[in-house]
Amino acid sequence: MGILQVKNVNKRFGGLAALADVNLDIEQSTVHAIIGPNGAGKSTLLNCFVGRLKPDTGTVMFDGTSLLGISPHEINQAGVSRVFQTPEIFGDLTLLENVMIPAFAKRDGAFTLNAWPDLRREGDIRDKAVSMLSDLGIGDKLKITAATLSRGDKRRLELAMCLVQEPKLLLLDEPTAGMARADTNATVDLLKGIAAQGITMVVIEHDMHVVFSLADKITVMAQGTPIVEGLPEEIKGNAKVQEAYLGGAHL
Amino acid sequence: MDVILLQLLNGLDKGGAYALIALGLTLTFGTLGIVNFAHGALFMLGAFCAVTVKSVLSMQMIALDPTKKTAWGTPLEIKTPYVEAWFGDFGAVLLEYSVPVSILLAIPIMLLIGVVIERGLIKHFYKRPHADQILVTFGLAIVMQEIIKAIFGANPIPQPAPEIFAGSADVGSWLGLKAGSVVYPWWRMVYLAFSAFVIAAVFCFLQFTTFGMVVRAGMADRETVGLMGIDIDRRFTIVFGLAAIVAGMAGVMYTPILSPDYHMGMDFLVLSFVVVVVGGMGSLPGAILAGFLLGILQSFASLNEVKNIFPGIDQIIIYLVAVVTLLVRPRGLMGRKGVMES
Amino acid sequence: MMHNLINKRDLPLFLGFIVVVLLAPIIMNPLGAGYPDLLQKFAIFGIFAIGFNILFGLTGYLSFGHAAFLGVGSYTAVWTFKLLTMNVVPAIFLSTLMGGLFALLIGVVSLRRSGIYFSILTLAFAQMAYNLAYSVLTPITNGETGLQLRLHDPRYLDNFLTSSVETSLPSTTFFGLSMSGFSGFYFCAVILIICFYVSLRIFRSPFGVMLRAVKSNQERMSYTGLNTRPYTLAAFVISGMFAGLAGGLMAVTDPLAGAERMQWTVGGEVVLMTILGGAGTLIGPVLGAVTIKYFENIFSSLNDNILMGFFSFMPEPLQHAATAVAGLFVGEGWHLTLGALFVIIVVFLPGGLMEGLSRIGKLFRRGGGGDGKKDAAAKFATPAE
Repeated sequence: MGILQVKNVNKRFGGLAALADVNLDIEQSTVHAIIGPNGAGKSTLLNCFVGRLKPDTGTVMFDGTSLLGISPHEINQAGVSRVFQTPEIFGDLTLLENVMIPAFAKRDGAFTLNAWPDLRREGDIRDKAVSMLSDLGIGDKLKITAATLSRGDKRRLELAMCLVQEPKLLLLDEPTAGMARADTNATVDLLKGIAAQGITMVVIEHDMHVVFSLADKITVMAQGTPIVEGLPEEIKGNAKVQEAYLGGAHL
Repeated sequence: MDVILLQLLNGLDKGGAYALIALGLTLTFGTLGIVNFAHGALFMLGAFCAVTVKSVLSMQMIALDPTKKTAWGTPLEIKTPYVEAWFGDFGAVLLEYSVPVSILLAIPIMLLIGVVIERGLIKHFYKRPHADQILVTFGLAIVMQEIIKAIFGANPIPQPAPEIFAGSADVGSWLGLKAGSVVYPWWRMVYLAFSAFVIAAVFCFLQFTTFGMVVRAGMADRETVGLMGIDIDRRFTIVFGLAAIVAGMAGVMYTPILSPDYHMGMDFLVLSFVVVVVGGMGSLPGAILAGFLLGILQSFASLNEVKNIFPGIDQIIIYLVAVVTLLVRPRGLMGRKGVMES
Repeated sequence: MMHNLINKRDLPLFLGFIVVVLLAPIIMNPLGAGYPDLLQKFAIFGIFAIGFNILFGLTGYLSFGHAAFLGVGSYTAVWTFKLLTMNVVPAIFLSTLMGGLFALLIGVVSLRRSGIYFSILTLAFAQMAYNLAYSVLTPITNGETGLQLRLHDPRYLDNFLTSSVETSLPSTTFFGLSMSGFSGFYFCAVILIICFYVSLRIFRSPFGVMLRAVKSNQERMSYTGLNTRPYTLAAFVISGMFAGLAGGLMAVTDPLAGAERMQWTVGGEVVLMTILGGAGTLIGPVLGAVTIKYFENIFSSLNDNILMGFFSFMPEPLQHAATAVAGLFVGEGWHLTLGALFVIIVVFLPGGLMEGLSRIGKLFRRGGGGDGKKDAAAKFATPAE
């Protein structure tokens, strides 16, 4: 029994079946990669996990509770954090504030009216945020407005925002898209470190180098359905996967 | 039965005005993505086009008639409007029909004003947040109404309808009801027909011309149309001008129903915004439908029978409907997904 | 102990604010605004704008309905004077409470939508309140005449404590201190300082950061485990309480409440004050409120005769022309100036006066910092050593 169980999930957009009968079981403390050609429904699936989309049918169970029918903030409070394909950060705020916010959310819950205490006196939260930013190599930019960061740094910041919450499940949507080789390698090392701490991860990725160096298990999706699931070495030689990627898939 | 019919009719002309203003608002929303709080002021400017035409046409030439004396012994003054002196009967007709005649003046003036506003101000706000658009057009609306106030004063200026439309139609007797049970002023009938005509014209324009096609495509997906290499900018200007013309004409024709004053625009603006929201942001048929619907609802709410049950309902019915609509059907009656939701 | 009350870095700002507010009668005197009636207006609208800024400046939710809370505050205060006591303390307490209560009711509904829909919902509620105040609520609001004090008002609390028979309309007091003239101003001034302090605390608190996060990226907020709605609702209610308080103070200085205070254009005025000063800044809203009320006072008192005198250095025809043009903007035409100001600020200075000031400040600093740059350049030019 995995920490995240997806059963018979279907999602249609008009006439298009974006997700068709998706079943998935993600084991605790593993890195599970989802790969597949564009339009295979990978991001749609992640959207169903975080409450951005509601599947037409099926169930998504996380750690014994259903993720369907509850709002995004409740899903996060249950321990699921997500890094988006285009970084979603608080552009007008400083890096420090960006990371302090999720730390507050973790400590104080979905809403607290702490309008009186001074932010600067929240030493613990601040220290946590600073050390997280330093871990990700952007600790020297605490007071910088987030919108002015480079794309790579924005991604790091978003990752810091997720990690500071010590999530049980971390969802990553193409964490290395658009990165230079060196940056990609650094990110892979970083993610390996996170995985080593025992955080369960679901990664959508196009870069096979990244996938094979990170993943414990791989699911290949095509046209809204998982077609193969297995260990990395099993996937490498699979004919169905070749077919899906080379465009022969069920036309 | 007759009461219902009467309220239905009463609601329709007001609904016509709402629909016309909401039509322009929706056009500017849908294509330009602009929240125009100055749109009510354009309606008001139209109404004052009618006031201007009327006062210019009634400028009088004073001649003295030495053969007749007044009670004070001074020669009698004979006042003749210049138009009558110069054009005779045609001039008299012109003066008599000053309201419809004003439309001829209103079209180029409103187009000019619309183009100037779009080029001079709105253009710079396409990429700014909606809050900024609201603020700048709100400021513009104040400027326009204060200028009108400075020129024409603060009091309403009555504009009579042409003589032949002055009375009321006995609609009741047409339908075989008791004579005099449903009387409806002729001019309101004219206004109703006029708004139907303008609405039809705008729809035909959008449906059957290439320009209209581009505008409709722009309303559906602005970015793509821009990417197709179509010169969106110039079309935006024209759309804004068109919206201004529609608002202006609605204002001109409404003057015999409601004597124009400088703040009529603000009053109608708030209501028209509510109409647009109820109809569904960005939906033209929705704007029309909601315009008439709310006009009629308002008219029924002002019935004494209704007011006795819900005191004050006539004052708030439209807003109440808007609140309920936004909560129950957030995209309005005919709204599409994703319009102005970010 | 002091550092618990206020952050060291904000201390100069806060002390400066207190000094300026308390010395306002002296400071504003050379500008011809050193008299209590006007100074009171500055303080009251300052409070109104500070509260509005907590909503609009921090969360970006643009409400056109805050005039309704102002009106509710005024009516509540006058009713307190009529029913309970002429002492202002219960009046301002209750008007703050009622402002908050109404904001809660309207906020719960309006905040279900965001963006322009939110603005229109608040507008709809404000119009409803205004229309009702003029019609069916006349027994409470006294319609067009406005709610006024009467000689025979019950004033249960006052009459319970003293049994003197009044022969003229009593005036509002703060435990015996009459709220007219400078004592009235200083009462408002102290409340303004308290309000500024509250706003300062909110700005510097985790809650304040959350509100700014709402403005920046609501979606990220909910994926971060935060429920945005109670945050925006809390901001809405707080700003509603400030508006209610401001309305109550209006009644304190002049015990009369009319429905025109609830019209949405009044709500538009507070928006203007906030953006003119600088939305999202601490001082900006007060600065904006003072600027607008000051110029309103000056501009509306000008007339053509004064203008003719002002332009007397010109040749006569030009003098008349200049007077005619300028005359549009003064006296009755003050609103024209206001509208034009609105447009100009939004177009050219979206950050308001505070942004303007900081731009000027930067210019100076750059002027001063130029030397430093030169030094660096000089060092760079001689690397060989």
